[in-house]
Amino acid sequence: MATLYLSLIVLIPLAAVVLRSMEDGLSGFWAQVTTPEASSALKLTVVASLLVALINLVMGTLIAWVLVRDDFPGKRIVEMLIDLPFALPTIVAGLVLLALYGPSSPLGVDLAYARSGVVVALLFVTLPFVVRTVQPVLLELDKEVEEAAASLGAGRATIFRRVILPSLLPAMLSGTALAFARSISEFGSTVLISGNIPFQTQVAAVSIFGQIESDNMTGAAAVSTVLLVVALVMLVALDLLQRWGSRRG
Amino acid sequence: MARYGLRTVALVYLLFLLVLPVGLICWTTFQDGIAPVIESLTTPSALHAFKVTAQVAVLTVIANTVFGVGTAVLLVRHEFRGRRVLNMLVDLPLAVSPVVVGLALVLVYGRFAPFGGWLADLGIDVIFSLPGMVLATIFVCLPLVVRAVTPVLEEIGIEQEQAAWTLGSKPWQTFRRVTLPAIRWALAYGMVLTLARALGEYGAVAVVSGRIKDQTQTLTLFVEERFQNFDQQAAYAAAFAMAVIAVLTLLTITLLRPREDER
Repeated sequence: MATLYLSLIVLIPLAAVVLRSMEDGLSGFWAQVTTPEASSALKLTVVASLLVALINLVMGTLIAWVLVRDDFPGKRIVEMLIDLPFALPTIVAGLVLLALYGPSSPLGVDLAYARSGVVVALLFVTLPFVVRTVQPVLLELDKEVEEAAASLGAGRATIFRRVILPSLLPAMLSGTALAFARSISEFGSTVLISGNIPFQTQVAAVSIFGQIESDNMTGAAAVSTVLLVVALVMLVALDLLQRWGSRRG
Repeated sequence: MARYGLRTVALVYLLFLLVLPVGLICWTTFQDGIAPVIESLTTPSALHAFKVTAQVAVLTVIANTVFGVGTAVLLVRHEFRGRRVLNMLVDLPLAVSPVVVGLALVLVYGRFAPFGGWLADLGIDVIFSLPGMVLATIFVCLPLVVRAVTPVLEEIGIEQEQAAWTLGSKPWQTFRRVTLPAIRWALAYGMVLTLARALGEYGAVAVVSGRIKDQTQTLTLFVEERFQNFDQQAAYAAAFAMAVIAVLTLLTITLLRPREDER
């Protein structure tokens, strides 16, 4: 039953995408992926996602650290706010960011129709990933080991690098991989702020949407297949990371 | 000193990325008082969008609850070939772009696809109508209930179910009287997550719905359409309504989570 349900809704349709992209053979697929519009959209998506993943790796770990090791009034509210990007519909996220960083920005920062706007939108929707994967590991971390290191004369930087970082690393990388995967596939939050300008701010998902609208299903399927392959690779990578993490734990 | 430094960096980052933008939307929405907000949310189009969104969300929650519990029981309680593959496939929808989900469904269930054409001959339109939108939403919400229920099922073990079975209880009876009460909080958690996600889905629904105003327009599509037509008041009002739903979801989730810890 479960397999049938999964097949009808997930597997057969996804297989149809891959089949459609190969309609004109492998060379046809390649031609569709390397059109100037598609390749620039894919390139922007990958570069922006890598940047977003990297910022998340640093900022997510930092926020998780502050939430676990620091204490200040209003911490519970901050704790709840972290999940807001998951709960907020992506189109609302885009609208919200456009209000602050758009043409009528009260701060005077106009990121609309710019690549930096895309990055901000992706940062918004991927915020919880690293925080939420690192936080539980940090909570369980044995403080005694750190104290032992300190009593043996290790400085703060050494303790972080040699004691804390190794145990956090699997979780940090898992969160980063999740954020990367999400960025690659993100659509709703980028659609308004990017202004959807081909060759400039158009990310892969938005480009696929445009091709569906103009009835170029084969082109849309080709770019989709690339995204699907990336998604599968990320899933496998996450599976491996999880095992690595549990072996260390 | 370093502590305050880190705290400041973290809070300033969150302030500019999260708090200020969301706060600004609330402020702009109510700039001219509450009357225009209510007015723009009670236009026929807005009310219709609310209705469509509710229909899609409720059907999705029902379908994914049944499927989610079924799959979780299958994954935890049964040993079969391809279990690891099924386990991985369940997570697949989280990694697939919503637009790709939409395209995939159009390619199978669209009027010009073999299967979709056959359904259309039977008088069932999937794409550009409600069934397609429900399918798309089911797809993107697929893992939520499964992943909420699986860990609890693993933890409660099978002793109680075996006890019920030795006392002559039938499988369905065991499920209803023993298993279901044990997983009820996790199930509620998964259902709330599904509901929130279903209400807010945009990309997949944008592709399969055809975005026909007053017919297949959900709230998220309404926000986008109003915004593109320079009707900021309505776009902001609907966005605010959805932000309220999001915050309510967060509160419910926080209430549901500690219950699980107590077990």
